[in-house]
Amino acid sequence: MTQSYFPILIMLILAVVIGATILGLNWVLGRHQRNPSKLSPYESGVPPLDENRKRINVRFYQIAMLFILFDIEAAFLYPWAVIYRDAAQGPSGMFLFGEMAVFIGLLAVGYVYVWKKKAFDWH
Amino acid sequence: MNPWMHYLVWPLVKFLVAFIIVQGIVAAMNWVERRLLGFVQARLGPNRVGPKGLLQIIADPVKFLLKEDIVPANAETIAYFLGPILPLIPTFLVYCLIPFGPPPTFVAARVNVAVLLVLALTSTGVYGIILGGWASNNKYSLMGGLRSAAQMVSYEVPFGLSIVGVLMLSGSLDLVKIVNYQADHIWNLFPQLIAAFIFFVAMTAETNRTPFDLPEADSELVGGYHTEYSAMKFAFFMLAEYSAMLVNCCLMTLLFLGGWTLAIGGYGLTTQTLQHMGIPGGMLGVLIFIVKVMTFMLVYIWFRATFPRFRFDQLMDLGWKWMIPLALANIVVTGVVVLLGQSLNFQGEVVLSIAGAAIVGYTLYNLRPRAKVVHASRVSEV
Repeated sequence: MTQSYFPILIMLILAVVIGATILGLNWVLGRHQRNPSKLSPYESGVPPLDENRKRINVRFYQIAMLFILFDIEAAFLYPWAVIYRDAAQGPSGMFLFGEMAVFIGLLAVGYVYVWKKKAFDWH
Repeated sequence: MNPWMHYLVWPLVKFLVAFIIVQGIVAAMNWVERRLLGFVQARLGPNRVGPKGLLQIIADPVKFLLKEDIVPANAETIAYFLGPILPLIPTFLVYCLIPFGPPPTFVAARVNVAVLLVLALTSTGVYGIILGGWASNNKYSLMGGLRSAAQMVSYEVPFGLSIVGVLMLSGSLDLVKIVNYQADHIWNLFPQLIAAFIFFVAMTAETNRTPFDLPEADSELVGGYHTEYSAMKFAFFMLAEYSAMLVNCCLMTLLFLGGWTLAIGGYGLTTQTLQHMGIPGGMLGVLIFIVKVMTFMLVYIWFRATFPRFRFDQLMDLGWKWMIPLALANIVVTGVVVLLGQSLNFQGEVVLSIAGAAIVGYTLYNLRPRAKVVHASRVSEV
């Protein structure tokens, strides 16, 4: 089964090589006429005032953390979803459904908690 | 067959053919988009280079290649160069996994967890964008990169959750099996109407397209995360964006619209029928697939021409407060119907289709154009 991933590995190498080659070609073919104002950060023609890497809103970090939680839960649902239909024919169907109900129930409790804590509000 | 031929040479040949066609489509889409946007806005669009401006497809890359490659002062050089390459890599790799026609001819690497792998690969696109935005040493780039990351990450969750319903019905992570299931029963679009809707909205947001193009909001952020990028590096970002659009349209077609098949309940052009027809059958399958994919690409452009941009808090609200509960509810309802269908002996797909149609019908009925009701105290203002 592992062999079927082989083309993907080759493609990974190929993608990096193609990307680097085209960028290199651009570096060689493109002209180079630099001056300080061309290299300064673009701020619609106004000389830049402040430092450019400022502190950023903590909400971005919050969103990233929430994403990890919810996306992992979504990924956990995948294997269950794949076997569900076949298993639902057998005696364990009700059990599987119960498992999912508990899982999504817990997810929903966490979801409501996060909502009540106003983590989804963006102001 | 020689294992080397089987595992290395053939997949490579297939991939290269697919890759060239895909890159051609991506380049052509750029022209189609500008041209169509032009028509929508009552102007002509690019029509100077070649007949109907078609040679614009070649003129653009040549010009990108010959332009000056600027590295702004104080930029983090390595990260700045990695920025455009990183989002390009997953879009290359994904085309190995997507079956463009009936197997085994039209898929380079048939993997039994293709859906999961495609999702994993496409979600890595965000690294390049945030890295490029941060490395440019520009306020607008940084803001654009962060917004883009927050947005892509937020819509990744409903994107992933909406697929669960499809997996529950078709019982496989293999894209080929999902398509075969749809040909034998019914397109997943009907039983999973809500999921298809969520998937489509989430994929529009994932690729930063209008109405979710906040990272590139030109009126606020100049150009977003690629403000400081010039020449080929800028082109790479565009290429990655269009490739991601194409991948998402392919996924939409494979998961919800029956891929290369044109069949219902096992009647019509199923995979077996196409395989029996030999090479013409394969070509027909690819043609059906491309028509379906292109329909969605044109919807993307139509959206861009029609919709105004969301505000950032509206965008977050839509993702977290509407799409996620809706997707979870869809999973629970699908689970209940499948379970009841097995024990009471009815086709779960039919019930789900009727329920989905009812919900959509009700929503459309509520959204119908109506005469505005004006309160008596405000009549003078009108």
